[in-house]
Amino acid sequence: MNTADQYLKTIFLVQKLEDGPAATGDLADRLGVSPASVNEMIGKLEDRGLVAHEKYKGATVTDDGEARAREALQTYCILERFLANVLDVDDYRAEARQLEPVIDETVADRLDMIIDREPQCPDCFDADADACGLLVEDRVEADD
Amino acid sequence: MSSVAARVDSDDQLARLLQIGVVLEEVVEARAHRHYQSLPADDRDDAIESLLEEASDESADHRRELEALIDDLDAESIPFEDVKALVAESYGQTGPEDFDGVLYDQLHGEETAYKFYDDLIDAVESSSAEFSVDRDEVLGTLREIREAEAAGVEEVAKLMEDRA
Repeated sequence: MNTADQYLKTIFLVQKLEDGPAATGDLADRLGVSPASVNEMIGKLEDRGLVAHEKYKGATVTDDGEARAREALQTYCILERFLANVLDVDDYRAEARQLEPVIDETVADRLDMIIDREPQCPDCFDADADACGLLVEDRVEADD
Repeated sequence: MSSVAARVDSDDQLARLLQIGVVLEEVVEARAHRHYQSLPADDRDDAIESLLEEASDESADHRRELEALIDDLDAESIPFEDVKALVAESYGQTGPEDFDGVLYDQLHGEETAYKFYDDLIDAVESSSAEFSVDRDEVLGTLREIREAEAAGVEEVAKLMEDRA
Protein backbone atom coordinates (compact mmCIF):
# COMPACT_ATOMS: atom_id res chain seq x y z
CA MET A 1 0.00 0.00 0.00
CA ASN A 2 1.52 3.35 -0.95
CA THR A 3 2.37 6.01 1.62
CA ALA A 4 -0.51 8.34 0.69
CA ASP A 5 -3.07 5.56 1.26
CA GLN A 6 -1.53 4.66 4.61
CA TYR A 7 -1.90 8.29 5.69
CA LEU A 8 -5.49 8.56 4.44
CA LYS A 9 -6.45 5.37 6.28
CA THR A 10 -4.84 6.61 9.48
CA ILE A 11 -6.44 10.07 9.30
CA PHE A 12 -9.82 8.41 8.73
CA LEU A 13 -9.36 6.11 11.74
CA VAL A 14 -8.12 8.85 14.08
CA GLN A 15 -11.09 11.00 13.01
CA LYS A 16 -13.42 8.16 13.97
CA LEU A 17 -11.72 7.72 17.33
CA GLU A 18 -11.61 11.41 18.18
CA ASP A 19 -14.90 12.26 16.54
CA GLY A 20 -13.17 15.24 14.99
CA PRO A 21 -10.08 16.27 13.02
CA ALA A 22 -6.95 14.14 13.34
CA ALA A 23 -4.14 15.96 15.15
CA THR A 24 -0.60 15.83 13.72
CA GLY A 25 0.83 14.31 16.93
CA ASP A 26 -1.70 11.45 16.93
CA LEU A 27 -0.98 10.72 13.30
CA ALA A 28 2.79 10.78 13.87
CA ASP A 29 2.41 8.30 16.77
CA ARG A 30 0.24 5.90 14.85
CA LEU A 31 2.32 6.04 11.68
CA GLY A 32 5.69 5.90 13.44
CA VAL A 33 7.02 8.98 11.64
CA SER A 34 7.97 12.51 12.70
CA PRO A 35 5.37 15.33 12.99
CA ALA A 36 7.29 17.17 10.26
CA SER A 37 6.78 14.22 7.87
CA VAL A 38 3.07 14.21 8.73
CA ASN A 39 2.72 17.92 7.97
CA GLU A 40 4.53 17.51 4.69
CA MET A 41 2.29 14.66 3.56
CA ILE A 42 -0.88 16.42 4.73
CA GLY A 43 0.13 19.37 2.53
CA LYS A 44 0.46 17.05 -0.46
CA LEU A 45 -2.85 15.35 0.23
CA GLU A 46 -4.51 18.72 0.62
CA ASP A 47 -3.16 19.79 -2.79
CA ARG A 48 -4.70 16.66 -4.28
CA GLY A 49 -8.09 17.42 -2.72
CA LEU A 50 -8.03 14.33 -0.50
CA VAL A 51 -7.66 16.06 2.86
CA ALA A 52 -8.79 19.35 4.41
CA HIS A 53 -6.49 20.82 7.04
CA GLU A 54 -7.35 23.34 9.70
CA LYS A 55 -4.51 24.96 11.61
CA TYR A 56 -4.29 23.96 15.31
CA LYS A 57 -7.13 21.46 14.84
CA GLY A 58 -5.93 18.83 12.40
CA ALA A 59 -6.75 16.96 9.22
CA THR A 60 -10.03 15.64 7.90
CA VAL A 61 -10.50 13.44 4.83
CA THR A 62 -12.66 14.86 2.03
CA ASP A 63 -15.27 12.66 0.30
CA ASP A 64 -12.67 11.54 -2.26
CA GLY A 65 -10.16 11.02 0.53
CA GLU A 66 -12.65 8.94 2.49
CA ALA A 67 -13.32 6.69 -0.51
CA ARG A 68 -9.56 6.04 -0.81
CA ALA A 69 -9.23 5.58 2.95
CA ARG A 70 -12.00 2.97 3.00
CA GLU A 71 -10.36 1.02 0.18
CA ALA A 72 -7.04 1.14 2.01
CA LEU A 73 -8.74 -0.03 5.20
CA GLN A 74 -10.25 -2.94 3.33
CA THR A 75 -6.80 -3.91 2.01
CA TYR A 76 -5.49 -3.71 5.57
CA CYS A 77 -8.34 -5.89 6.88
CA ILE A 78 -7.57 -8.51 4.24
CA LEU A 79 -3.95 -8.55 5.36
CA GLU A 80 -4.88 -8.90 9.04
CA ARG A 81 -7.37 -11.68 8.34
CA PHE A 82 -4.93 -13.46 6.04
CA LEU A 83 -2.18 -13.38 8.67
CA ALA A 84 -4.50 -14.50 11.47
CA ASN A 85 -6.58 -17.10 9.64
CA VAL A 86 -4.31 -18.50 6.94
CA LEU A 87 -0.79 -18.13 8.33
CA ASP A 88 -1.95 -18.51 11.93
CA VAL A 89 -0.01 -15.48 13.18
CA ASP A 90 -0.80 -14.57 16.81
CA ASP A 91 0.42 -11.01 16.66
CA TYR A 92 -1.32 -10.30 13.38
CA ARG A 93 -1.80 -6.60 14.21
CA ALA A 94 1.90 -5.84 14.58
CA GLU A 95 2.79 -7.89 11.54
CA ALA A 96 0.06 -6.30 9.39
CA ARG A 97 1.45 -2.88 10.28
CA GLN A 98 4.96 -3.99 9.31
CA LEU A 99 3.96 -5.63 6.05
CA GLU A 100 1.30 -3.13 4.95
CA PRO A 101 3.71 -0.86 2.99
CA VAL A 102 4.89 -3.81 0.88
CA ILE A 103 1.48 -5.32 0.05
CA ASP A 104 -0.30 -3.77 -2.91
CA GLU A 105 -4.09 -3.65 -3.23
CA THR A 106 -4.03 -6.09 -6.18
CA VAL A 107 -2.06 -8.61 -4.11
CA ALA A 108 -4.49 -8.21 -1.21
CA ASP A 109 -7.42 -8.80 -3.60
CA ARG A 110 -5.86 -12.11 -4.58
CA LEU A 111 -5.35 -13.10 -0.94
CA ASP A 112 -8.96 -12.09 -0.31
CA MET A 113 -10.06 -15.06 -2.43
CA ILE A 114 -9.02 -17.48 0.30
CA ILE A 115 -10.30 -15.72 3.40
CA ASP A 116 -13.83 -15.33 4.68
CA ARG A 117 -14.57 -11.65 4.84
CA GLU A 118 -17.96 -10.23 5.74
CA PRO A 119 -19.82 -7.95 3.31
CA GLN A 120 -19.87 -5.09 5.82
CA CYS A 121 -16.06 -4.76 5.67
CA PRO A 122 -14.51 -2.25 6.39
CA ASP A 123 -17.34 -0.77 8.50
CA CYS A 124 -16.71 -3.32 11.24
CA PHE A 125 -13.07 -2.25 11.66
CA ASP A 126 -12.35 -1.51 15.32
CA ALA A 127 -10.30 1.73 15.22
CA ASP A 128 -9.54 1.51 18.92
CA ALA A 129 -8.09 -2.01 18.68
CA ASP A 130 -6.57 -1.20 15.27
CA ALA A 131 -7.93 -4.48 13.98
CA CYS A 132 -10.80 -6.05 12.09
CA GLY A 133 -13.60 -6.00 14.70
CA LEU A 134 -14.80 -9.48 13.81
CA LEU A 135 -11.31 -10.87 14.17
CA VAL A 136 -11.06 -9.33 17.62
CA GLU A 137 -14.38 -10.96 18.59
CA ASP A 138 -13.24 -14.35 17.23
CA ARG A 139 -10.03 -14.20 19.22
CA VAL A 140 -11.81 -13.21 22.43
CA GLU A 141 -14.27 -16.10 22.00
CA ALA A 142 -11.41 -18.52 21.31
CA ASP A 143 -9.65 -17.41 24.49
CA ASP A 144 -12.78 -17.91 26.63
CA MET B 1 6.99 1.32 16.08
CA SER B 2 5.58 0.92 12.61
CA SER B 3 6.74 2.91 9.64
CA VAL B 4 5.23 3.87 6.32
CA ALA B 5 8.42 2.87 4.48
CA ALA B 6 8.29 -0.20 2.25
CA ARG B 7 11.34 -1.95 3.67
CA VAL B 8 12.14 -5.44 4.91
CA ASP B 9 14.04 -5.17 8.17
CA SER B 10 14.33 -8.68 9.61
CA ASP B 11 14.37 -12.42 8.93
CA ASP B 12 10.83 -12.66 10.31
CA GLN B 13 9.46 -10.04 7.96
CA LEU B 14 11.25 -11.50 4.98
CA ALA B 15 10.04 -15.00 5.84
CA ARG B 16 6.47 -13.78 6.17
CA LEU B 17 6.58 -12.03 2.80
CA LEU B 18 8.07 -15.11 1.18
CA GLN B 19 5.21 -17.15 2.70
CA ILE B 20 2.77 -14.78 1.04
CA GLY B 21 4.64 -15.52 -2.20
CA VAL B 22 4.21 -19.24 -1.56
CA VAL B 23 0.46 -18.75 -1.17
CA LEU B 24 0.21 -16.67 -4.36
CA GLU B 25 2.09 -19.40 -6.25
CA GLU B 26 -0.13 -22.07 -4.80
CA VAL B 27 -3.18 -20.09 -5.90
CA VAL B 28 -1.88 -19.90 -9.50
CA GLU B 29 -0.89 -23.56 -9.44
CA ALA B 30 -4.23 -24.76 -8.07
CA ARG B 31 -6.36 -22.56 -10.29
CA ALA B 32 -4.49 -23.35 -13.53
CA HIS B 33 -4.95 -27.04 -12.91
CA ARG B 34 -8.55 -26.84 -11.79
CA HIS B 35 -9.59 -24.46 -14.55
CA TYR B 36 -8.38 -26.73 -17.25
CA GLN B 37 -10.31 -29.63 -15.79
CA SER B 38 -13.47 -27.53 -15.66
CA LEU B 39 -13.43 -26.35 -19.28
CA PRO B 40 -16.00 -27.91 -21.65
CA ALA B 41 -14.32 -30.35 -24.08
CA ASP B 42 -15.07 -28.08 -27.07
CA ASP B 43 -13.10 -25.23 -25.51
CA ARG B 44 -9.96 -27.25 -24.89
CA ASP B 45 -7.03 -27.09 -27.24
CA ASP B 46 -3.33 -27.87 -27.21
CA ALA B 47 -2.25 -24.24 -26.76
CA ILE B 48 -4.25 -23.64 -23.60
CA GLU B 49 -3.55 -27.09 -22.26
CA SER B 50 0.19 -26.57 -22.52
CA LEU B 51 -0.01 -23.00 -21.20
CA LEU B 52 -1.92 -24.02 -18.08
CA GLU B 53 0.24 -27.06 -17.54
CA GLU B 54 3.42 -24.97 -17.81
CA ALA B 55 1.97 -22.31 -15.51
CA SER B 56 1.13 -24.92 -12.92
CA ASP B 57 4.60 -26.53 -13.11
CA GLU B 58 6.34 -23.15 -13.02
CA SER B 59 4.38 -22.05 -9.95
CA ALA B 60 5.32 -25.30 -8.22
CA ASP B 61 9.01 -24.59 -8.99
CA HIS B 62 8.74 -21.02 -7.69
CA ARG B 63 7.02 -22.23 -4.57
CA ARG B 64 9.82 -24.69 -3.88
CA GLU B 65 12.48 -22.01 -4.41
CA LEU B 66 10.69 -19.69 -1.97
CA GLU B 67 10.32 -22.50 0.56
CA ALA B 68 14.04 -23.23 0.34
CA LEU B 69 14.78 -19.60 1.20
CA ILE B 70 12.29 -19.67 4.08
CA ASP B 71 13.92 -22.83 5.46
CA ASP B 72 17.27 -21.07 5.56
CA LEU B 73 15.92 -18.05 7.43
CA ASP B 74 15.83 -17.86 11.18
CA ALA B 75 12.03 -17.61 11.40
CA GLU B 76 8.97 -19.69 12.20
CA SER B 77 6.83 -20.94 9.39
CA ILE B 78 3.62 -22.92 9.06
CA PRO B 79 3.67 -26.22 7.15
CA PHE B 80 2.91 -25.79 3.49
CA GLU B 81 0.40 -28.65 3.52
CA ASP B 82 -1.92 -26.52 5.69
CA VAL B 83 -1.87 -23.72 3.12
CA LYS B 84 -2.40 -26.15 0.28
CA ALA B 85 -5.50 -27.60 1.93
CA LEU B 86 -6.93 -24.16 2.56
CA VAL B 87 -6.38 -22.98 -1.00
CA ALA B 88 -7.91 -26.17 -2.40
CA GLU B 89 -10.93 -25.76 -0.15
CA SER B 90 -11.49 -22.14 -1.22
CA TYR B 91 -11.12 -22.92 -4.90
CA GLY B 92 -13.46 -25.84 -4.76
CA GLN B 93 -16.23 -23.26 -4.64
CA THR B 94 -15.32 -20.48 -7.05
CA GLY B 95 -13.75 -19.86 -10.42
CA PRO B 96 -14.52 -18.79 -13.96
CA GLU B 97 -16.40 -21.24 -16.14
CA ASP B 98 -15.66 -20.19 -19.68
CA PHE B 99 -12.52 -20.04 -21.71
CA ASP B 100 -12.06 -16.25 -21.67
CA GLY B 101 -12.61 -16.22 -17.92
CA VAL B 102 -9.93 -18.86 -17.42
CA LEU B 103 -7.37 -16.97 -19.48
CA TYR B 104 -8.23 -13.67 -17.84
CA ASP B 105 -7.88 -15.23 -14.40
CA GLN B 106 -4.53 -16.68 -15.38
CA LEU B 107 -3.37 -13.29 -16.66
CA HIS B 108 -4.52 -11.60 -13.47
CA GLY B 109 -2.75 -14.19 -11.31
CA GLU B 110 0.55 -13.73 -13.14
CA GLU B 111 0.27 -9.93 -13.12
CA THR B 112 -0.43 -9.95 -9.40
CA ALA B 113 2.53 -12.20 -8.73
CA TYR B 114 4.76 -9.92 -10.82
CA LYS B 115 3.64 -6.87 -8.83
CA PHE B 116 4.24 -8.71 -5.57
CA TYR B 117 7.82 -9.72 -6.46
CA ASP B 118 8.56 -6.28 -7.85
CA ASP B 119 7.48 -4.59 -4.61
CA LEU B 120 9.29 -7.20 -2.51
CA ILE B 121 12.54 -6.70 -4.43
CA ASP B 122 12.26 -2.92 -3.90
CA ALA B 123 11.63 -3.47 -0.19
CA VAL B 124 14.67 -5.74 0.19
CA GLU B 125 16.83 -3.32 -1.80
CA SER B 126 15.68 -0.40 0.40
CA SER B 127 16.87 -2.18 3.54
CA SER B 128 20.37 -2.47 4.90
CA ALA B 129 19.40 -5.29 7.27
CA GLU B 130 21.54 -8.40 7.45
CA PHE B 131 19.54 -11.59 6.88
CA SER B 132 20.64 -15.07 7.82
CA VAL B 133 20.58 -15.96 4.12
CA ASP B 134 22.77 -14.27 1.55
CA ARG B 135 21.09 -11.08 0.38
CA ASP B 136 22.28 -11.55 -3.21
CA GLU B 137 20.86 -15.04 -3.25
CA VAL B 138 17.46 -13.74 -2.07
CA LEU B 139 17.46 -10.94 -4.63
CA GLY B 140 18.73 -13.24 -7.38
CA THR B 141 15.95 -15.76 -6.75
CA LEU B 142 13.26 -13.08 -6.55
CA ARG B 143 14.42 -11.34 -9.74
CA GLU B 144 14.48 -14.63 -11.60
CA ILE B 145 10.93 -15.43 -10.48
CA ARG B 146 9.78 -11.91 -11.35
CA GLU B 147 11.12 -12.30 -14.89
CA ALA B 148 9.35 -15.63 -15.25
CA GLU B 149 6.08 -13.97 -14.17
CA ALA B 150 6.62 -11.21 -16.75
CA ALA B 151 7.15 -13.84 -19.45
CA GLY B 152 4.00 -15.61 -18.24
CA VAL B 153 1.96 -12.42 -18.55
CA GLU B 154 3.18 -11.95 -22.13
CA GLU B 155 2.42 -15.53 -23.04
CA VAL B 156 -1.16 -15.40 -21.76
CA ALA B 157 -1.73 -11.98 -23.35
CA LYS B 158 -0.52 -13.32 -26.70
CA LEU B 159 -2.78 -16.34 -26.51
CA MET B 160 -5.74 -14.06 -25.73
CA GLU B 161 -4.82 -11.82 -28.66
CA ASP B 162 -4.53 -14.77 -31.05
CA ARG B 163 -7.98 -15.98 -30.12
CA ALA B 164 -9.66 -12.56 -30.24
